[in-house]
Amino acid sequence: MVVAVAEESRGAEHARPFIEQAKSAYWQLIDTEHRLSDLYNLVNVPQAIWIDEQGRIVRPPETAGSTDHFRRMDLATRTLSPQDQAERLAARQAYLDAIRAWVTTGAHALPTDSVRANLPRVTPEIAEARTRFRLGVWLRAHDRADEGDRQMAEASRLHPDSWSMWRQARDLEEVGKASGLDFWKRVQALGDRPYYPPPKL
Amino acid sequence: MTIVLTPAAEHQVAVHDGLWMSPVDAERVTGWTLKPEGMCRAALCVPLPASALRPNEVDLAAFWTKLGGPVIASDRHDVWALGAPAGERNAQLEGLEAPDFTLPDIDGVPRTLSQLRGRKVFLATWASW
Repeated sequence: MVVAVAEESRGAEHARPFIEQAKSAYWQLIDTEHRLSDLYNLVNVPQAIWIDEQGRIVRPPETAGSTDHFRRMDLATRTLSPQDQAERLAARQAYLDAIRAWVTTGAHALPTDSVRANLPRVTPEIAEARTRFRLGVWLRAHDRADEGDRQMAEASRLHPDSWSMWRQARDLEEVGKASGLDFWKRVQALGDRPYYPPPKL
Repeated sequence: MTIVLTPAAEHQVAVHDGLWMSPVDAERVTGWTLKPEGMCRAALCVPLPASALRPNEVDLAAFWTKLGGPVIASDRHDVWALGAPAGERNAQLEGLEAPDFTLPDIDGVPRTLSQLRGRKVFLATWASW
């Protein structure tokens, strides 16, 4: 069973066109407060967690099919080179194949020690960032945008690794801003660090 | 009335001077019950300092801070957010039982992860932005 969770503080209507296009039979959930990111210590979308029949996590949170090839995109034409495009699709396919193999044979489920060792740790700063983000979303939704933005800015200062909090705050300021110039500058500032760390399959 | 946000809920509570409230409200917001030995949940009790207690009142901000949870107030102190303590989140994840949650689907129907027990679940996030 697939459970798709939209981290969408603007609410269901902003996710609806994508969901209708997907014509999915699985659950399409709306998470305006990014509660899933809080519970599972997530930092970006798309990220996935694999859960077995007993309700146990068998792979830690990981990038779900996306790659860093977009960082080499030609921004004028918004296109990738044919090679990058092919690699990107191959990585996505490899991840989909791994999920299907897990469903049918149990492959790729990790031993418990390995899952534990690869869990990202929640720090007090991250816990405070989540709390400020929650308050910021509430303030934004109650016509207190400036105050909400300040809480969200503080959240991103406390937890700079969270792209979801930073980009959601930009999107709440203005639709489209999450992928604007500031986003590309922030991605560039990563240097050699990945934006989408590849899953260890 | 003051709004108190917890990770999964929003409460309206009568408070004064920060988050002083009745033990009944404190339990409604946090799930922790005031007992002679402190604030208790299941078998666990966290003692409270005398400064966080008055007759039929408890300082929820002091209690939550002692638990290690963030307490953040809006400028006007009319909205407060209580966050999950980092240690609680880590312990939950390290237990490897997938943290349960209930979220609305696109049509507003509440869905709970644990309803899917017995099936493999691929839990994935996405966003329009």
